[in-house]
Amino acid sequence: MDSFVEQLTRGAEEEFTEESAWDGSAVRIESSSLPAIHLPVLPRYLQHTTTGGRKATGFQETKTACFNYIHEALLENQWQRAAEFMTAYLETLESTSAEHRMAAPEVVWRIGAEILCHHSKSSIEEFNYFAERIKNVGVKNYLKVCLEHVFHLLCNGLIDDAYRNLSLAEGWRYGEQTAAHDKEMKLIQAYKGLLDYYNWSEKRKAMLELDDDDLAQFVEQEMHSFFRQAAVNFKEIIKIPGVWDPFVKCYVELLEFYEDYDEVRQVLSEYAYNSKFPSNPNAHVYLYQFLKRQGESKKTRIAVLKILHELVPSHELMLEYNAMLQKSKKRKKHRLGLQVIFTVLDFAGWKEHVKAWSCLAKQIKQILENSSKHLYWIMEEWNSRKDWWPAFHFSHHLAKINWQENESLACEKAFVAGILLGKDCKYFRYVSHQGHKAKKGRFQTMKKFVKKHSSSHNPSVSI
Amino acid sequence: MEEEETRDYSEPCMQCCIINWGLTDEGKFYCKSCHNVIERTTEVLTSDVVPNTKIQSISKGLRKRKKIDKGWEWYVCEGFQCILKKQAEALQALGVSPQMKDEILCNFWRCYLQKSKQAYCSMPVTDNALISDIGTDVDSEPERISLHGFSSFSESDGDLQTESSFGRVSSIGKASATETTSVCSGSVDGGSYLLKRKKGDLKMSMPMTLSLCYLALLWLREPVTLSDLLRFVLDGHIPYLNAFQCFPEEMKLYGVDLKIFRVESWPVYEDVHKKMYELAAFLDLPCFPAITNSCFLHPNILCIKYLMEANLPDELHNWTCRVVKKINVGETDFLTLDPVNKSTRKVKYDVLAAALIIVVLKLLFLLDDQYEWLHASFARKRNQKNKEECPWFDFKKWYTIIKKSLDVEQKKLDEERARCLWKCEKPLFYSAKEKYIVLKRRQTVVNLQRQFGSLSGSMQVSEKQKPSSFQLNWAEENTDGICFHGHILEGILQEKDNSLTTTNTKYWLCTVKLCNEKICGHLTHYKESDFPQSYQFVLNLFSFLLRVPASLIHEEVCLIEHKLFKTKLRRR
Repeated sequence: MDSFVEQLTRGAEEEFTEESAWDGSAVRIESSSLPAIHLPVLPRYLQHTTTGGRKATGFQETKTACFNYIHEALLENQWQRAAEFMTAYLETLESTSAEHRMAAPEVVWRIGAEILCHHSKSSIEEFNYFAERIKNVGVKNYLKVCLEHVFHLLCNGLIDDAYRNLSLAEGWRYGEQTAAHDKEMKLIQAYKGLLDYYNWSEKRKAMLELDDDDLAQFVEQEMHSFFRQAAVNFKEIIKIPGVWDPFVKCYVELLEFYEDYDEVRQVLSEYAYNSKFPSNPNAHVYLYQFLKRQGESKKTRIAVLKILHELVPSHELMLEYNAMLQKSKKRKKHRLGLQVIFTVLDFAGWKEHVKAWSCLAKQIKQILENSSKHLYWIMEEWNSRKDWWPAFHFSHHLAKINWQENESLACEKAFVAGILLGKDCKYFRYVSHQGHKAKKGRFQTMKKFVKKHSSSHNPSVSI
Repeated sequence: MEEEETRDYSEPCMQCCIINWGLTDEGKFYCKSCHNVIERTTEVLTSDVVPNTKIQSISKGLRKRKKIDKGWEWYVCEGFQCILKKQAEALQALGVSPQMKDEILCNFWRCYLQKSKQAYCSMPVTDNALISDIGTDVDSEPERISLHGFSSFSESDGDLQTESSFGRVSSIGKASATETTSVCSGSVDGGSYLLKRKKGDLKMSMPMTLSLCYLALLWLREPVTLSDLLRFVLDGHIPYLNAFQCFPEEMKLYGVDLKIFRVESWPVYEDVHKKMYELAAFLDLPCFPAITNSCFLHPNILCIKYLMEANLPDELHNWTCRVVKKINVGETDFLTLDPVNKSTRKVKYDVLAAALIIVVLKLLFLLDDQYEWLHASFARKRNQKNKEECPWFDFKKWYTIIKKSLDVEQKKLDEERARCLWKCEKPLFYSAKEKYIVLKRRQTVVNLQRQFGSLSGSMQVSEKQKPSSFQLNWAEENTDGICFHGHILEGILQEKDNSLTTTNTKYWLCTVKLCNEKICGHLTHYKESDFPQSYQFVLNLFSFLLRVPASLIHEEVCLIEHKLFKTKLRRR
């Protein structure tokens, strides 16, 4: 055995001296220079593999069991039973392990809220009582619990109570913790802004119904103060990178009402284009809608939708995008439009969208009629889809269903199928046969058109 | 800065005799090695600028408010004494002879105090550290008064706290009240109690109070097994969880004391059992009164109890007795606790009896998931035919009935455990700084408990169940064929050479070789899936009855088997 080891080491040394595979940076290790290995201490008993951390105390074990019972009860909607175990589980708030004690308030809050939301004997007062207690258990949870409490109040239509709670939370200060909770505070303020916005729009509604000018003026003043409060808070939250759709929408509506369009444009561009913000399709939608309202040029609008197309190729605005591209004079734009409409139809949600299919049919027809110069556009699009579109869109089964449910959809699809797959494809044959039986004139023209083009230009045959 | 200020103070720490002082935020001195805070603050020199004096006065004001109401000076051993007394009283209320409290436990406790040099000796160990500090006092009081007021617990009832009964306390109190009072424990010696760890020293702990109680019960040969005792503790019949509540108001508990007296886990059978033997050895107790075959703890008698509780035929007792005789576990020498003779095995009476029954079941029914079912169907057919005669024991029927009731009881027990409340009304806090927040938290929990309590409807005022030695009852009157006590063991026995033997001639061993306890920590290793279902079920049944892990019973089964088949195993 010794000789074997020697052989091994020798072999290894030789390998190192021959600086072939190694680029010289290989470290040469000599056994004499190696420090002695320091073996770790063995556990007292060999059999016992020690799992990390301290063993759970009996207290923790029973509380875990208790938690499991609550969990079970919640899943089975046994609120009474859950409440019963909850009385025992509440003691985790007093756990002697700091780690458990820190985690406890949130768990208790979630479970408790769930029970109080569903328990038959519970009421909003009970919930308020509970929330107030939990808010004061741990400083760290104060604002989070406040916010969730507010959501709960809002769900129950208690807008004034919610507003009052938000105002209270806004005034909350706790030494150094105040700074640590900066983001949560911003959120609180933003939601307060949302309620300010709500009040503002209520006032606006009220004002429209008023006849008395003096009173209207008073209401308008009130409105304006709500606007100011909301605007300040919205502006603050929007500065932080994040997804703030509800706030942005309301803010835009407020600003547009007071005709501060520059500010709107800035806010929306920032929201859509600032790279620090997470990518958010809605940001582009809002910007597009604003530009549309403002009657901006097609060029700018197309630019916005181009990004949206990249983010969400199946967005409903894609039809509008396609339409705009079609109206353009540039060939390139036309081609892009074709791509857009093809992509849209890749998505299951669009499968039965008549308008999308008629768009595609129209475009194909245009290309075919205009001479076959751009036929390769269609062929290129079709190439990547020919493997799966027939099963996805043009099966015999679908033909039946489409014909039954929506004849015009079946008609548009049949046209597309006829061109792309040839006049012998199942879909086209079925639909045209049905159309023939129903003696509808338009089928004749369609048939003729398809026959004419599919025989000479059928891409599926030619490629 | 800190070093500069503490440099001048070269007194050693009261707790650990080391000179290594640091300053707390409040300017107090604390020992860096044992974290003992003393009543000495940095003195701000008067030559300092005016604002400093202002700071000093403010911090002084705060300090005064933060100081916990000191209460009495008390020692850790006094706390344990208090708890032991309550435990003994509870046991007495459960029907244990009053002798246990007034004579046996009291004597054991005195013995413990003496052996651990806490009292009844010329130089109590807790004082050593103090004496070196208060040198002058030693001169004036050369003969330290040791604890002399320790009459039996019942007498010391009233004056447990009075100074006269604790000469030692009062003498130290006088000498050191100004110096030694530490902030980090309510008791005088709490800090040092946890620190010192001399070889051969046995420190009292909460589980050990139960060990001590059980030693006393064993001395009197009371009909209580250790598993019974622990069950009573878990069911709240004997003070254990939050036992410090019995302390008089003035015995303040905080700081290190919490580590000693706060209970966060239930006592573990093996732990208490082991400590019991350690204690017996530490106290140098003589041989305990002999456990003869008329004693409750004798396996023959315990087997009757467990056979009844497990609803097994009385006839099995005959077989357990035969096994007991064969392997000599019924001998007085084997059963009696003798701390002097260290070679004796530490008998777990209850576990032994349960294991004996299991071994007998294995002998008769094999419990290999085949033989017992075969016999059961045979017995069932036979019972159906002859309804008048005494029924044969039908293992399958027994299994179904026990399983059903065991599942119900186990579920009930588990839920009860989960519902268990651990915290007492008066919360414990580590230091005065924590007091406010702990009290506030407690109040919140109480309020929320009330809220959810009212939502849970029938606010279960679960009456404390009366303690009973039996957990499962199979009353004979309840005749739905549920009680198996009278069933006979026909069909599995045959007569051979004028004696009954089992029809079944096979047997399987739980293990061929026992492990070395010193290396593995256990003699055997129980992995459920390795064993037949019937065997697992029987183990679990007794595990439930004794509230010990199944592995503990399994280990005992293996031991018995090895004794029983010693010769055959050797021959291999």
